[in-house]
Amino acid sequence: MSMAAETRTVRYMDAIREAIADEMRADPSVILMGIDVGASGGIFAVTRGLYEEFGGERVRDTPISETGFLGAAVGAAATGLRPIVELMFMDFLGVCFDPLLNQAAKLRYMTAGALEFPLVVRTQTGAGRSSGAQHSQSLEAMLAHVPGLKIVLPGTVEDAYLLMRAAVRDPDPVIYVENRRLYGRRGGLPDESSIGLPIGSARTLRMGANVTVVAYSRLVEVALAAADVVAAEGIDCDVIDLRSLVPLDLELILSSVARTGRAVIAHEAVRSFGAGAEIAALITENAFESLSGPVVRVGAPSVPMPFSPPLEAACIPDVEHVVNAVRQAAAYG
Amino acid sequence: MTAATASNGAAAELPLIELYRRMCTIRAFEERVTELYRASAIPGFIHTSLGQEAVAVGVCGALLDADTIATTHRGHGHCLAKGADVEAAMAELFGKVTGLCRGKGGSMHIADPRLGIIGANAIVGASIPIAVGAALSSVALGRALVSVAFFGEGAVNQGAFHEAVNLAAIWQLPVLFVCENNVYAEFTDSRTMSRRPSIAELGPAYGIPAEQLDGNDVQLIHARALEVVAACREGGGPVLLELSTYRWQGHYEGDPQPYKPASEAAEWKGRDPIAHAQARLEEAGSARGDLEAIVSAARNHIAAAEAFARDSPYPAIKEAYLHVYGG
Repeated sequence: MSMAAETRTVRYMDAIREAIADEMRADPSVILMGIDVGASGGIFAVTRGLYEEFGGERVRDTPISETGFLGAAVGAAATGLRPIVELMFMDFLGVCFDPLLNQAAKLRYMTAGALEFPLVVRTQTGAGRSSGAQHSQSLEAMLAHVPGLKIVLPGTVEDAYLLMRAAVRDPDPVIYVENRRLYGRRGGLPDESSIGLPIGSARTLRMGANVTVVAYSRLVEVALAAADVVAAEGIDCDVIDLRSLVPLDLELILSSVARTGRAVIAHEAVRSFGAGAEIAALITENAFESLSGPVVRVGAPSVPMPFSPPLEAACIPDVEHVVNAVRQAAAYG
Repeated sequence: MTAATASNGAAAELPLIELYRRMCTIRAFEERVTELYRASAIPGFIHTSLGQEAVAVGVCGALLDADTIATTHRGHGHCLAKGADVEAAMAELFGKVTGLCRGKGGSMHIADPRLGIIGANAIVGASIPIAVGAALSSVALGRALVSVAFFGEGAVNQGAFHEAVNLAAIWQLPVLFVCENNVYAEFTDSRTMSRRPSIAELGPAYGIPAEQLDGNDVQLIHARALEVVAACREGGGPVLLELSTYRWQGHYEGDPQPYKPASEAAEWKGRDPIAHAQARLEEAGSARGDLEAIVSAARNHIAAAEAFARDSPYPAIKEAYLHVYGG
């Protein structure tokens, strides 16, 4: 994707805010609501300044009442608004799953398309700061298992902007998953020509002939760093940033595996029953003849995220884990 | 059953004979649905609103077509009272492609957004925040529409109720919360599941007006609904109405109801909202024969709807894969 020479460098969190602001300027039916998103600017300051620009009618602080305001957002989306709702931590899905599981995901289908749900649920995850087991979970596989929801997980500054704009314009409920450890990353905003692309295309961030590495969110930069390490050993990685889990760009994954014959899937979520398992199964079902060896998964162990820093560090997938997985995959054939 | 509009942009008051006619249509629909379900002509679960017709007709008769309702698994009456096409509603229960939702929703998921029916809902309490969201749209888009949440007293023990009422209260949204208190929450006497003397007293707890009314007096409900809907529309904020009624049937069709005292059920049958309206009409001079003709016409309408549903095809199998996503 080309970037104009004069492109500004912003942080990942600024890219999210600017995308929200640009959509709110373009479309008066876009509103933002959630806990502390208004004058206080949000727990991580992602929405700072939006209340001042758009006012309290369009940037609404809510009570700590996720079932109420997420349910209300579903009703608002069905009746003409395009709400962006902040679910402060992804873990809080536990207190408000019904509006997503049984409402947003199903009402379009059950009304044969008579109702639409242009709803964005912004949420964030990101273990690594001793936030404890109730503020560290990556639960995207749980959502991806529910037909009717879309899930985007930007791993770069450019995608933080593009995917938010695409999510707001999308006619379906989109869960937009941020990683708080990426908030300070800097990068360029995309040029105008790339705005408006629909959700569902992955992209190749590094070309290589030996091992396909599929990642998303924070694990994208981890995968790129791992690719640098193994390149010194003569292993060239094809690194794919999925950008969205639903829809899944299976075509790009399969075309890469057809060239490399080996695949690693890396995510921060627990490995068991995770997105990596689904993608590994899809590769095996669709590209078995291309494979030189088993598909290897990188993910967290199946434990609640521990608090104590050394324990937590041991449970978070990082460069070393991806390097080992790539070596393991490359050892075949 | 489309709404008449008065000159001031509010729904016009309906005469009792029209309220009666609407209740008879719902009664005939529910009675026939019960029979069809027992005969295995209708699949799935069926929850009827027999005995509760006055709530649906009295409240929905106070709404404009564009006003919205969100209701429950026991929502046939509300949807019909809001104007849902009887034939298409019946076909939906049969799972036929001519149904309101092309047969993809069924009894518990009837919707017709063109008439503001944003859906029946099979998760107890879930439609209450959704109704609040519709009211938020009304305010944010400057539409001056009122949103009604219908729910039972069983749903009041769900957190969703309390969160939704509080949200509507702090934002002063045009929501009418209608608690249809029919005494039983599924198989359980609701009076044993809470120490609250009433639902209505929760209104002041959240800073909104609330009142308890006879849920079997359609004229009373309609007159009061016209007033509170007008107040909501003018920006007065949400209102909670508790309408006391009784569920004649089981939780679902086929429920043997061992938990219901026979004397209690008999007493409430003696307070039949339709018989009550009929008596009033006769007192006011209506001929019994004319009122019986309304009942017959309603039954004929339902019979025609049944024939339409039976004759309609099922959706093509490919429809199972459609409408998951819009883009």
